[in-house]
Formats: sequence, structure tokens, C-alpha cells
Amino acid sequence: MRHAETGFNLEIDLTRGSIERVATDPRLTELHLGGLGTNAKVLWDRVPPETDPFSPDIPLMFGTGLLCGTPAPGANRTIITAYSPQTLLMGYSLMGGFLAPELKHAGYDKVILRGKSPNLVYLWIHNDKVEIRDASHLKGKGAVETQELIRQELKEPNAQVAAIGLAGENRVYTASIEQGRSSASRLGIGAVMGDKGIKAIAVRGTKDINLARPAEFYELCNDVLKYIKFRNENPVPNVMTILQGLGSPQEMLHVDEEWHTQNFMWGNSRVRRKDFWNKEVEEKWKSVQLNVRKRLISCYNCPMKCGAIISVPGLSTYMMKCFSKLTYAMAAFVEDLDFGFRIAQRATEYGVDGFSTPQIMAFAFELKEAGILTDADFEGCPSDNEGKFYWLLDRIVRREGIGDVLADGTYWAAQKIGKGAEAYAHNNIKKHEQLPLKLGMLNPVYFLMYSTGEKINITQIEGQFPQAPFATMEEREEFVRDWIQVPDEKFKQIVLDWEPRGERSNPNYPTVDMSVDIVDWQEKMHYIDDTLGVCAGLSSFPLKPPYHIHNYPRFVSAATGIDMDEAGLTQVYNRNRTLIRAINVRRGLRRADEKPPEDHWKKRFPELESKLLDAYYKFKGWNSEGIPTKETLHELGMDDVAKDLEQRGIIKDGQG
Amino acid sequence: MGKVKKKVKTIKIDLDKCNGCRACEVICSAFHANPKYSSNNPARARIRLIREPIRDVYLPVYAGEYAKAECAGRDKYVIDGKEYRECDFCRASCPSRDVFKEPDSGLPLKCDMCEDDPPQEKPLCVQWCLNDALIYEEREEEVEEEVKMEDVEIGLESMVDKYGLQKVMDTVARMSKKD
Repeated sequence: MRHAETGFNLEIDLTRGSIERVATDPRLTELHLGGLGTNAKVLWDRVPPETDPFSPDIPLMFGTGLLCGTPAPGANRTIITAYSPQTLLMGYSLMGGFLAPELKHAGYDKVILRGKSPNLVYLWIHNDKVEIRDASHLKGKGAVETQELIRQELKEPNAQVAAIGLAGENRVYTASIEQGRSSASRLGIGAVMGDKGIKAIAVRGTKDINLARPAEFYELCNDVLKYIKFRNENPVPNVMTILQGLGSPQEMLHVDEEWHTQNFMWGNSRVRRKDFWNKEVEEKWKSVQLNVRKRLISCYNCPMKCGAIISVPGLSTYMMKCFSKLTYAMAAFVEDLDFGFRIAQRATEYGVDGFSTPQIMAFAFELKEAGILTDADFEGCPSDNEGKFYWLLDRIVRREGIGDVLADGTYWAAQKIGKGAEAYAHNNIKKHEQLPLKLGMLNPVYFLMYSTGEKINITQIEGQFPQAPFATMEEREEFVRDWIQVPDEKFKQIVLDWEPRGERSNPNYPTVDMSVDIVDWQEKMHYIDDTLGVCAGLSSFPLKPPYHIHNYPRFVSAATGIDMDEAGLTQVYNRNRTLIRAINVRRGLRRADEKPPEDHWKKRFPELESKLLDAYYKFKGWNSEGIPTKETLHELGMDDVAKDLEQRGIIKDGQG
Repeated sequence: MGKVKKKVKTIKIDLDKCNGCRACEVICSAFHANPKYSSNNPARARIRLIREPIRDVYLPVYAGEYAKAECAGRDKYVIDGKEYRECDFCRASCPSRDVFKEPDSGLPLKCDMCEDDPPQEKPLCVQWCLNDALIYEEREEEVEEEVKMEDVEIGLESMVDKYGLQKVMDTVARMSKKD
């Protein structure tokens, strides 16, 4: 009997309409554990690097984390992978919600979709019974609406459904996959799903998931719950509100938006409004939010309430989380929060990423102002800020007129438009739109995370380590006192010595080597989360989380029976991290691509930045181009990867 | 049988506080696994969360007595503008629906307030509900003395209802001969 995992993947060829239940190799679980790790392994093994992201050969994978379906709190993440049509690199996007545990209970660790369906279909997985069903009647339907329609059609109120909206059907590069309060929205994963002709995946599972050492596992879960309770009652002092607690930023709970509205950029990530927030705005926004918010809600088996049910009068109900209430409003220079909730409703039904999409629209209107796009491109577009955004959103998801160009994201749109449009696509890393954040002094830790992160989203890389130094020694001592999560005591000393100004401050402190250590720790926790399917909101993302490097190995051991300690788990992380890097270097990723937007910080230090990258690559066992060396791959048990890279001439003389 | 004073274990369910995470179902199924916690499967839970986010319906319901026949309850309730089926509130494992039954055998499930040795301080669902939607309360009540049926008896009774006493007896007799 397999423990924690089911030991089976569901392999579906959409071109031929074949469905197979395939046993997986337990050895791969020991090497990669599951989730992101085993998804990456399948992608590496099966897909040649030259393949177009819309090729039928690309498997679109819905992977579950290793701990999904066990009682581990917050283990509910679905890891969706393909090649990103936007970055052309491996695209992986995760969502919480309820799908992954349901899939486990149906008896599968992954759903692997290859080929393309000639007609729009949806997948119905009910334990051993798996059907490809016609979805022509769902064409053009909203992503939230579709989930409800499918549950009704199947007469299965307990089925969990992930669906795309119109944007996914039309292969918009910012198309998301929506599921309840959750969505996998970054890197164009929804476009790949639409390209395959899959409107939705519906799952109902009623089978057991077994644990190797039940009593021990139960105690570990209890400890995590106790710690969550403790943290909820004891917010971290001396940091701003949204960093104090656990979970995803509590944007549905909090109504105070001083920090976002005054520190994040408005429009096309350019304008900072340091005097925006005042009592009047606060009162008005509070009343809007409390009026539309029906309930704070959670994902599967998690006590945090990061999401909310949103019911705007006159519009169908949807669910929201994090910061998307403001991304559209701020990009459109609309000061009414009501607009934020209204347009997000339409955007959620269309199924688009709430971070990239508003920036694409702000970018387009900047190009219009600059005369690079013309009135002819915007024929019929209203002139008010709200109307303009609705109009353009409709064009983008339908790929009509200028919307067709913009649907590929700012990088590719700028390439097509030309005439200097490239300079307006200024907030990208590796062709992907970033948070609208522009700062003063370079932070060496963030420089590395922005540059080298394979997921290309800072929120999916950062965490654990404070974003800024504490003002006083008392505050620092207080912070490190109960900091049990550190993998090594040396991290406490860095926090104690880190000053807001002077010699031991950014950009030279934390030093190059310290920065590399910090980044490695933060990355490690994210990779482990994405492998086990535990939400970053209970682990890698917030300060002082309940899951950490000291209790994770025990979770893995008690769940699976695999002997796992901190060194072993670190080795799995290094293997998965390096494998994803190998997938991307095979796709052409090199050092020159690893840089934050030029204007991310006002003060830049090219020499220091170069040293940071050198040190990071060296620490990882990669060469100066960011390519894993033969020796590193050998140590991680991936000689096959080394051989492949060598044959392609990417690794030369063992050095790359 | 006369009346006796009895400590009654109850749970106060606050629908407004439910965040819909289903931790109650998770830990219920794990606790009742054999050996304890060895497997997890909310479909086996003795509590079910009726969860319809779009309608803002969040309703945890506990499994109660097994009912051999379906009832006439087809009414609807509207509470705070939200519609509920009468059936939603019902604790019975009954022939009209697929809830509170073991997914493999179809045998009825019933909440036992996590009876355990040594006893649990509170039922596990309450312990795992960090949002206090489920609150454990003990009350003293005067109740009719009753003879409690064991799990096996409840199970057998439902088999008898389904297949008839003779067939169940024949089957048991046949099974015992094999040993």
C-alpha cells in the first residue's frame, strides 16, 4: 500500500479520447516527493525543449501535493504546469481551494492531459469512473458560472470543479483557471487549458488516503493547529499590519489600504500617490467593502480566512482573495473601491489574472496617450476611466482588434506594436508582468529573488525573513527571541546586525554571502510547500509560520514512511530546484534574462548585482550563466539530465 | 424504564462563524479510522458540511439515528433570505439520500461524540474548528433510560431492513462455517 499518495496518475489523451490509470514509480516519490517535483520530472522526461507551448505534445498537468488529502492543515494545493505561452519557460501556477484533496480521494495524484480535443469538452472524474463530456453548451460561459452549471448538470453538489472562462477559451496569455475562491492565474496556464479544448475538470472522490504512522502524524497536525492559534492571538509586532499574521495577505478582512494605495504604483506602474489615503477615503472604502463582503472563507482544512464571498448588487456572486480588489482600480486611476469589486467580478468570470491584466490595460492607455496606439485602435472606447477599462477588458478576452495584440501581455504586444512601445512594457521580468512596485534603495536579497526565481513572481519566492530591518535593537531582540523557524542560528545574528542606515544597511548588508543564504532558505521553503501541496500562507510566505524546516521532515516521514530528515528534505529541494532550472536552461534561459525591471529601484549597483548573481549561482552549483554543472547534477542523482544538457551542447567540459 | 439524570453532550453550531474549511469532516473521518488516524476520507465523516459559497450557505450537520424509510420531508425553509431544504437539517442516514453512509458498504454512520478511552476532552471536530463555529457544551438533562445499541447492531439492523432477517441469518451462518 502507498501512503499519503495514491500511486496512480490519470493520463488522458484528448486527441484520441483515451483515458488510462497509470501506476507511478515509488522511487520517484523518494527523489521528488510529489506536486511540483514530480510534475517537473514528467515535463523533463516527456517533452523536448523545442516544443511550442501550444503543441499538443505538451502535457498540462494538475498535480496534487504529497500531503494533500491527509489531515495536514492547509495541504490543499493543486500544482498546474505546462510551458508558459508568455515566458516560453516552464509555467507553473498553484491554487488552493478543494480540488487537490478531492482528486486524491478519487484515487489520483495527478491528471496529465495531452493532445487537443477537437471540440470543447470537460472532464468528469468520479472515483474509477472518468468521462470526457461535451462542453459545447458551456462555450463562452463564465468561469464561476461554469462550475455551478457543471455541479447542477452532474447532480453532484460535492463535486469540485476547476474551470476556465472566455479568456482561456481564446488563449489569452493572462488566462486563469478558477476554482471556488482560488485560481491558478499566473503565466498563462488557462490559455494552455483552453488550447487543449478543456473547459473544466470536475472531481468527486470518496476513497481513503492512508498514513504510514498515524498517531505521530496526528500529533504533528495538532502542534501546527496550536501554533496557528498562538500566532492568530499574537501578531508579530513592529512590522506593518499585512505582515503581522499568517495566511495570504488579509485583504478581505482589512479595510485599511493606506499601505497599498500609497506604496504601490498607480496606472502603468508609474505613479506613486503618497498623499492618497485619508479619513474620507477610509470611511467610504470601509462601507463599500463591508457591504459587498458576505463571509470570510477558507480553503480545504485550513482555519485561515484569506478569501471572501463577494456579492455586488446587480452582479452574480463570486469569490475573491488577496489584493485584486485594488489592482484594476489603481491601474485605471479610479478612486472608488466599488469599481474594484465590480470589474473584478467580470474579470473573474472571464478568468484572467488580476495582476497582469490591469497592467496590460494601463500599458495600452499609456501607449494611446503617447500616440503610439491611435484613436482608430480604440474606436468605440468610452472616455471615462471606468468605462475605458471595461471596454478594453472585453476586447482583450475576445481578442478583438487591439485586444488581440494586448492579449499576449505587455512584452509581446510591445514587440508587435513597435514604435518604441517596448519602453512602456517596463515592469516585466522574463516577459512577465510584476507587482506594481517601485522603490529607492536596492535590497540585495530581493534583487536575487526577483532575478533568479523560476516562478517569476516575488510573492511566490519571498517570505520568512523580514523585508526591512527593525529600527531598534530592542525590536530586533524581540523578533529573534522566539524565532524557531530559522534553519540556522546565524540568521538571527543577521537580523540583530541589520541597520536601517549606515554601514550595515542595504545594499551592502546583508552581505553577498548572507543574501545568498537567506534566499536559499526562502526558496527552499517555497519549493517544499509546492512539493507537499501545503499553502505558502502557512509556511514559506509569512513571518514565523507553523510549518518549517524542522517539522516538515517529520510530516513527510510520518505520512509516507520514507525516512526523511532536514538534510534529506534539503536534498529533495535542491533536486527539484535544479531540475526546474535545467528545464528552463534547455528552453534557453541564461544569466542575461535574470534581472529585475530596470526601474524597480532608483539606486542600482551593477558591480554588486553581478557579485550577487555569481555567488548565488556558485552556491547552487551552477556555472556563471546559471546552468547546473555536470558535477552538481551527478550529486543530485540526475546524470540523465547532465547527459541531455551535454548532448545539446549546453554543458561543455562539465562546466556549461 | 424510568427517568434518569444524564450528562448530555451537545454541540452549539454557529453558522455565521463557519469558514467552510471542512476540517471537521477531515478529523472526524481520521479519528474513526481503524487504526485511529490511519486514513482520511471526509466521505466517511459523521459530520457533513453543506457548503454552497455562491448562496452563502454553510451548514454543518451531524449524523444521527439510522432511518429505515424515507420521510415526507420535502419542505423548504427560508432563513435570513437563504433557502434550505428540510432534508439538509436532517441527521438521519436514510434510503432517500447518499449521506451518512460508509462509501463502500453503504452502512449507516452516526456521530458518537468521539467516545474514546481515555475520553477526549471535546469531540475532535470541535477541537479542530479554530473559528469556533462548533462549540462543545455539556448539559444535565432528565432522560428516559435507554438501552444503547452497539455499532454492529445498528449495522445489522440496516442489513436486516434491506435484505430481510432470514437472508442475513443465512449469510452469517454460511460465513461462520468457513472459519
